[in-house]
Amino acid sequence: MTRDQVLDLYFMDARCKLIELAAFLDRVDRSEGEADFRLAAIRKALPLLSSAHAERAKSVLMALSDPTVVPISAATGKGACGAWPGATP
Amino acid sequence: MRYIEPHAHMVSRITDDYEAMRMAGCVAICEPAFWAGFDRSSVDGFYDYFCQLTDYEPKRAAKFGLPHFSWLCINPKESEDMGLARDVLGIIPEFLKRGNVLGIGEIGLNKNTRNEIAILEEHIDLAARHDQLILVHTPHLEDKFKGTNLILDVLRADSRINPGRVIIDHVEEHTVDMVLDAGFWAGITLYPESKATPARAIDMVERAGMKNLWLNCACDWGRSEPLAVPRTAIEMGRRGHSKEAVDALVYGNPMRFLSQNPRFQLS
Repeated sequence: MTRDQVLDLYFMDARCKLIELAAFLDRVDRSEGEADFRLAAIRKALPLLSSAHAERAKSVLMALSDPTVVPISAATGKGACGAWPGATP
Repeated sequence: MRYIEPHAHMVSRITDDYEAMRMAGCVAICEPAFWAGFDRSSVDGFYDYFCQLTDYEPKRAAKFGLPHFSWLCINPKESEDMGLARDVLGIIPEFLKRGNVLGIGEIGLNKNTRNEIAILEEHIDLAARHDQLILVHTPHLEDKFKGTNLILDVLRADSRINPGRVIIDHVEEHTVDMVLDAGFWAGITLYPESKATPARAIDMVERAGMKNLWLNCACDWGRSEPLAVPRTAIEMGRRGHSKEAVDALVYGNPMRFLSQNPRFQLS
């Protein structure tokens, strides 16, 4: 596909998601209390969108991933939350 | 359009889903064993579940003209309890004799624990001893990258395992290359939020090539969409991919992998 064709197919969808992300950050700002590591993880990933690197999706996924290599001793729960708690102090 | 749904948890879905999938061109459904959303309290719960997968669910699917196949295991979410896991591993061989069982799956890791790895190794040993295909679940979200690396290490450590007979599912942009480069098949799961969207799935296919890749909806009791595969096939068409290329991805590839088990026959 040409770049124009990609924009024709996906621009409105990307625009929608960009505004949703902006509105989410505004909503967090308006709310009270301390944010946990998830907000910091998103803020850490945001600059990756404007990088010249061609693998932005992969980079964002890596920014949200557990980078360690050693199995943990036991599970404290079953679920995943989408960001690695150890990513930020 | 024709397609094979190689990963769907139909025990969690309503009959309208079967009908919709059939109408969209589905010609076969494969159902791996998974977590019920709660921990089963004994091996008896798994015995009943395996009966459901190998006896009742194929009859329900047949009402809609759909062949139904299954994979058996204890899901990694329940393998932290190694005693229960080993009890379940002990009853799997008798079910492997049933005509719609394709292999061992979906095994793998959830939180990347030592116990999960031990039970993964025992599942792989079971598959090797019974010459079974393997379907691997990779962990969710932040645990996926680490877990996929650990799973690859475990699989590569067992010299009996032929990577061409193993599919590693739920790959995303940060894991697809490591799976394919190691010679394994890779599955892309289409979820509204927590895995790949149709657009991202096609991006991965365009970048990695469609050899040894399949798409699946993995529909279950959570947010998921039974028609995600045909929806992605339509998206491929919108991008200008040929009908032949779409058919190769959503029908030809799962057919090629699954036919390694002679039980996978579509009339």
